[in-house]
Formats: sequence, structure tokens, C-alpha cells
Amino acid sequence: MQKFLSVHNISKFFGNFQALKDVSFGVDESEFVCILGPSGCGKTTLLRVIAGLETQSDGTISQNNKDISLLPPDQRDFGIVFQSYALFPNLSVKNNIAFGLKTRKQNKETINHRVNELLELVGLSDHINKFSAQLSGGEQQRVALARALAPSPNLLLLDEPLSALDAKVRQYLRLEIKNLQKKLGVTTIMVTHDQEEALTMADRIILMNKGIIEQEGSPYDLYSNPQTSFAANFIGTTNLLEANKVSINQIEINGSILECNETINENSVTITIRPEDIKINPDTNEKNIFQGVIKELEFLGSLFRGLVEVDFKSQKTNLRCQFSSEYILQNNIKKNNAISISLQPAALKVIKK
Amino acid sequence: MKKSRDDYLTILFISVTAIYMLIALAFPMYAILSKGLQNKDGVFIGFENYINYFESPSLVYSIYNSLFVSITTTFITVTLAFVFAYALTRSCMIGKTIFRSIAMIPILLPSLLAGIALVYLFGNQGIIKGLLFGYEIYGPIGIIIAEVFYTFPHALLIIIIALSIADARLYEAATVLRSKSIRTFFTITIPSAKYGLISAIFVVFTLVITDFGIPKVIGGQFNVLAVDIYKQVVGQQNFQMGAVVSVVLIIPAVIAFIVDRIVQRKQVAVLTSRSVVYEPKKNKNFDSAMFAYCCFISFFIFTILGMCFFASFVTFWPYNMSLSLDNYQFDLMDGGGWDSYYNSIRMACYTAVFGTIIVFSGAYFVEKSRGLKKGRSILHFLSMIPMAIPGMVLGLAYIFFFNHPNNPLNFLYGTMAILVICTITHFYTVSHLTALTALKQIDNEFEHVGSSLKQPFYKTFFRVTLPISLPAIFEIGIYFFVNAMTTVSAVVFIYSFNTTLASVAVLNMDDQGDIAAAAAMGMMIFYTNVSVRVAYVLLTKKILVKFQSWRHVSSEKIQATT
Repeated sequence: MQKFLSVHNISKFFGNFQALKDVSFGVDESEFVCILGPSGCGKTTLLRVIAGLETQSDGTISQNNKDISLLPPDQRDFGIVFQSYALFPNLSVKNNIAFGLKTRKQNKETINHRVNELLELVGLSDHINKFSAQLSGGEQQRVALARALAPSPNLLLLDEPLSALDAKVRQYLRLEIKNLQKKLGVTTIMVTHDQEEALTMADRIILMNKGIIEQEGSPYDLYSNPQTSFAANFIGTTNLLEANKVSINQIEINGSILECNETINENSVTITIRPEDIKINPDTNEKNIFQGVIKELEFLGSLFRGLVEVDFKSQKTNLRCQFSSEYILQNNIKKNNAISISLQPAALKVIKK
Repeated sequence: MKKSRDDYLTILFISVTAIYMLIALAFPMYAILSKGLQNKDGVFIGFENYINYFESPSLVYSIYNSLFVSITTTFITVTLAFVFAYALTRSCMIGKTIFRSIAMIPILLPSLLAGIALVYLFGNQGIIKGLLFGYEIYGPIGIIIAEVFYTFPHALLIIIIALSIADARLYEAATVLRSKSIRTFFTITIPSAKYGLISAIFVVFTLVITDFGIPKVIGGQFNVLAVDIYKQVVGQQNFQMGAVVSVVLIIPAVIAFIVDRIVQRKQVAVLTSRSVVYEPKKNKNFDSAMFAYCCFISFFIFTILGMCFFASFVTFWPYNMSLSLDNYQFDLMDGGGWDSYYNSIRMACYTAVFGTIIVFSGAYFVEKSRGLKKGRSILHFLSMIPMAIPGMVLGLAYIFFFNHPNNPLNFLYGTMAILVICTITHFYTVSHLTALTALKQIDNEFEHVGSSLKQPFYKTFFRVTLPISLPAIFEIGIYFFVNAMTTVSAVVFIYSFNTTLASVAVLNMDDQGDIAAAAAMGMMIFYTNVSVRVAYVLLTKKILVKFQSWRHVSSEKIQATT
């Protein structure tokens, strides 16, 4: 089946700087896709190219089986929410939302009905006559969303919609937007630099770096099977280790031999292991057990974050670990204590270079 | 990218504005530059006129004179204005608002009125002539005093802005580090106001070197470049030599303009959003000294204004000192009579209305339209040029261009329209920058939201951008009106028998020896400008409230949170 939105080989130059390098991906109907990446990775440029606010240097975009590559923004079918919300300060909430409805020769009653419907949808019916300056950040954000949705676009573009808000409001709105999107079934592309936001909201994440797509997949997939060291580092925290092949499922790290579940094909590989997958003081029958010393220990509420100096055979190596507070407190573990850890074979992931 | 209807409209509007700028600015400037290379019969003779110019010592001496009065005035004005601005921004003296308003008075007067006041004060029959200890007021002394009066508010406005962007954190750091206040002044205050000061220096210099009214009235035998142009053209009908002097006059103006633009660009980065606004602390001795200083400057301004006010009512100075309205019987004198006053009002209204429309829509397309990068930057470039062109030169250029028999636009010559076009062009740049600043403060995404909602750009413009920009639009309108009332230099070449103007009448009546009537007409211009200013303040208080209610909402909210 043809994708609802297909982006083919998009490149974009600003002078000599190439912001997008041959980017291709597709979005299914009703899907929620997050474009995730650090600042300067080209994610906002990509969104603006999809909206027609920037013109690509090369490549095509089609939406609903129609080539839209060269259409100006007002001839494309999308609604957009900007990071700044761009609410018209001199218009009331009502007139902001009605702004996109008026030329369609709709009568006043239809427009009022639609405005009320949208305000109810975003839970702001009491604020209909207020100006944007009288609303909180979160409320402004929802008005911007209602305004973008008012003409019932088939594609919703969100440009860092939550980054200007407090942490608490942001968490609440994440859920709100996600539920709204599922309820309306509108295909949505959201740009964000916040991995937590992408993990909790997206059906699929497109991870970008330096103008190219590093990896795309479901949030779980990206977290548990990062395919590049950038992906492993950007999403969550991790440990990266250089390793040599010993056999088909054995590797050597700093002189020590470790077992791993994945098949090893190449002679030298990079291995990633997440801090929470490193077990402290494991049963002696477990595999890949090493001795180490806790170099740093940081209390984070329900858990401790630690840095453990692990005794590999030829070289001591620092690994980031994460332990439950319960265990650390009950066993009275302190900085500079000697412990043992296990690097479980299932947790050792091979990264394609 | 395919072109949408918005894109075609944008192209259309940018082209129309660019064509206007070509006709009103580029073509006339070309005409004057080429005129200097021709002989009386229009035959190309290369630089012969320039050689003749530099071989006549009396003309070349004007260059020295112009530079002398310009540099001296610049030094005095910027020093006086700096202390005044320092008092307004860094002291806790009382009456700051009143002092600021008083300091703005010279903007509302034609510049030559200051010259007339000096004639009454220090002239041959002046009332305090003795204070000059035998020196002549007619000449450099008179020119410099009058120019200081005329340029003071221009310098003050720039320096106030430079001083009010102080970051309080720097001063706190200096205090904590036990820096002496004199050291703080030279290591923090002066460097952070540096760009403003440089800008003020060049603005004042340009105003003085290009001014024509003051040296004409009080210069006596002391010739300067701007007056030379007038004498060559109006006195000797030597248009070629007028064009040559114009080019000589343009050079310092263009240099000053370029330096100012470079400095302005650097100014932008000084204040970050994190800066903390500086609040002056009470200091009795310092505040009293500053108060005394501001009183002194205000006294100087009121003396000039009051002298003209009084002189305009004296029946026949100095023989009949009884008060009457005789001097306001303009219809009995040369200069165009009351008609010239009404013409000025009409001209100022047209200039304000059409000038604001052209400038604001031009700035809108430069700042907000999509694509067409080249066209937009050309338009911006054209909009910046008028600031570098002295009014005399622009007026003369209009004669050469519009009065040319082969020009299809020849029918404009001698009409009200050409005066309006000339005045709009003359004051284009400052208005353009005001509009641009206002538009830059508006979120760029508004246009994008509008087009994503399938609305034509003009709907976003009329419903959002225009209402938000109303204060700036009124500001531009007032600026055009006030300057159209007071300007002499550009229009003095192109007014006709049917379109005499009040400001030109002041000049002509003074020329004829009707100094009292000239003062009276000058005061009429002042009264008109003051009324318009007052009306504007009332308008912003009453009518703008309706369109700007959202603004008050946000300021209430800010007050509530602080």
C-alpha cells in the first residue's frame, strides 16, 4: 500500500551547508511520527520542507498519492503548531480558532459551532473570549492546536510544541495530545529534541543526526536495539565498549572473554549495554561476572546512579550503572565499596558501525 | 516552487514599490550626477566643471567652512546632549518627563526659525547684542548656535536609547568589586553607550553639513556648501555648477551614512534578554546638579522659542514695540500669503497618508514576504539611500529629472504631487526603519500560520499585522507630517506659484527683510505641529484603546505578576 505521506531523497542546502542529505521516509495514515534529534540535525528544516515553508534543493514529497513537492504552503493540506504558538495577540481565542474557517463561505452559526466543538475538545470552553496574553503557556498551546485542527486538515505538523512549557504541564500535555491524536485519527508529524517526549508519544520515531536519518522504528525498538552508537547514546544513557570477536557468540573486551546472545560476524565490533541492565552482586551462577569498585554514587529518588570501575583483565574500565535505592540502602553500599557486577549476555547489543 | 496567488501579489507589490523608488530616487539621482559632467548645452565634457569648481577659491573655501561649522556643532551638541541624556536616564531628579518634552521642541520648528531668533537677540538691533563682546552673530557663531539648537533633540534621542540599555548587573559587579564611580563611568557607561555616541556624532554632522535654512538666514558672508547650491541655481541659474557642488556635498553625507549603518548593526547585540534594567539611585548633590543643568538647557530652548513668539507680535521692531497681529497679515506680504500655510497643511497631510502607506507596505514586503530574496534586498537597499542624500541635492535632482522636456512624467512638475513625492522620499529611511523595527517584533510565524490555514496573506496583514503595528504606523504618520511642515531644503527648488509652502515663505519673507512676518509664519508651523502632537497623544489614549485592548490585558498581567 502506498504511504499517506512519502518523502523521497530530500536534500536541502543553505549556501554551502547541507542541512538535509538524501532523506527518505514514509508515514502511514493516522500514524504519530516523531522526528527526533539534537539541535542542528535538520529536523525542523525537514518539517518546514514538508509544510512548503522551505523549498527542498532536491527530492520529492507526495501526500495522498499527489505530488506536492512544488506546491506553496497555502495549497497543501496541513495544520501546524509552532514552538512559539504564534497566536494572534490582538484576536480573541474564538477569533484565533475561527481564522482558518472564514473564507470557506461558511455561515456564522457553522463557524461558532465548530469553534465550540474544538474548544470543548481541548478543554478550554471557558476561555472563548480571552486574549492569548491572559492564558497560561499550556492553554495557549492548546488554543494553537485547536486553531491548527479547525479546518480539519489531514496532516498535523507540530514543531517542538511542548518545549516552552514547565515540566509538569509538559507531561500532562503529552498525554493530552497523544489521546487527541488517537481520537481524531489525524496523521501527525512532531519534531522534538526531547527523547522522553518522543518515546512516550510516538508510534514511530525517526532519529536524525547531521542531516541524515540514523535509525527509524518504534520507541521500544530504538531503545532496545540501537543500530548506531549515536542512536544508543542519544536515546537513554548507555555504555559503549570496543570488542573483538572470539567466536560466533563470544567477544573479548579489554582482555576478558564475555558471552553474548547475538551472533558476531565481524572481527571488531562496538557493544552497548544500558546502565539498568548491569546487575549488582549477582548470583554466582550468572554469566559475565566481574569485580569492581563504586567510584561515584548519586541519589535520584527511586534509584541510584553510579559509576563502577570494572576489573577487566588487561584494563580497568568505568561503566555507568543504575541500581534500585532499596538495594543500596538495605545493604548499606557506599562510595569506594567493592562489589561484583554481571553483564548479562542478553543485554549486550552489537552496534552496526 | 509553483507560484500561488499570494506570490503573484507579492511580486506585484514589490515591483510597484521598487518602481516608485526608481522614479522618486534612482532616476533623479542619475540625472544630477550626469548633469555635472555636461556643459550648458547638455554636451558631455567630462570633469571640466569639477576642474572649474576646484579652481575657484571662493567656492572651494565653502568646503572648509562647511566642515568647520559641522565639526564644531557636532562636538558641542553631542556633549550637551550626552549630559542631558545622562540626567534623564541615570539620575533621580524631578521633572524628567517635562525636560524630555522641552528638549523635543526644536523638532517641531523649521530650522531657520532658530536663526531668526538669534537675529532678534544678537543682530544689529538685537536686545542682548552686548553679550557677544563685539563679535558678529552673522557668520559661524550664529550658524553654530542655531545648529546646536536644531540638532539637539536628534542627538538626545539616540543617546537616551544608548544609555537606557544599561545592564544593571554590570554596575552591581562594579560596586561589589569596589570600583570608584569615575572608573565605573569610563569602563562601563561609556563603552556600553559607545555605539550610540558614534551614531549621534554622525547624525548631527550630516544634519549640519546638509542644512540650508540656518546658514541662509544667519550666515551673512560666510558661505557653506548647501547655500552655494542654492546660490548657483536660484541666483546664477548655473545648474551644472549646482550639480557639481551637490556631488561634493554628497560625499561627506555618504561617508557619515555608511559609518552610521555599520555602527548601528553592532549596536544590536549589546542587550540580551537576560539583562537587568538599571535603576538609578538617589544622590542629592548629583540629582540637584543635573536638575540645574537641565533647567539651563531648557532656558536656552525657551529663549529661542520665546524670542520668536514675542517678535511675531511686535508691530514694528524696534520702533513700535506695541503688540499686534500685524505680522500675521501674510496676504499683505511676499511669500504666498496664507495660501502657503494652507498648502503646507495639505502637503503635510498627503505626505503623512501616502508616505505611511508606501513606507509601511514597502517595509512589510521587505520583512515578511516569502521568497523573492533579491527583490526584497534591492527594495531594502533603495529604502536606505535617501538618508544619505541631502535635501538640497534631492530637490535639484528633481528639477533635472522631472523638468526634462522629454520626460513623460513632466506633467508632475510644478504640482502638489511632486512636492509630496519629494518629501516622502526625503524622509523615507527613518520611517522605513521605524516600520521595520515594529515588524521585526512580530512573530514571523504569523504569516506561515495564515497560509497553513489557507488564508491569503492580505487577510493576515489586515486582521493581525496591521492592528498590532498601529502605534508604529501613527508614529510614522506624525513624523512625516511634522517634517513636511518644517522642511525647506528639498522643496525650495520645486515649489511653484500655485504651491508655495509655509516653510519656504519663512525663508522668502526673511530674504525680503520681513523678519517679523517670517517669525510669525514659523510660529504658525510650530503651533500646527504642537497641535498635531497633542492630538496624537489624545488619540493614542482614547481611540487606540479600542484596537489595542489586548495590549492592556498583557500589561495588567505583567503588573500582577511583578
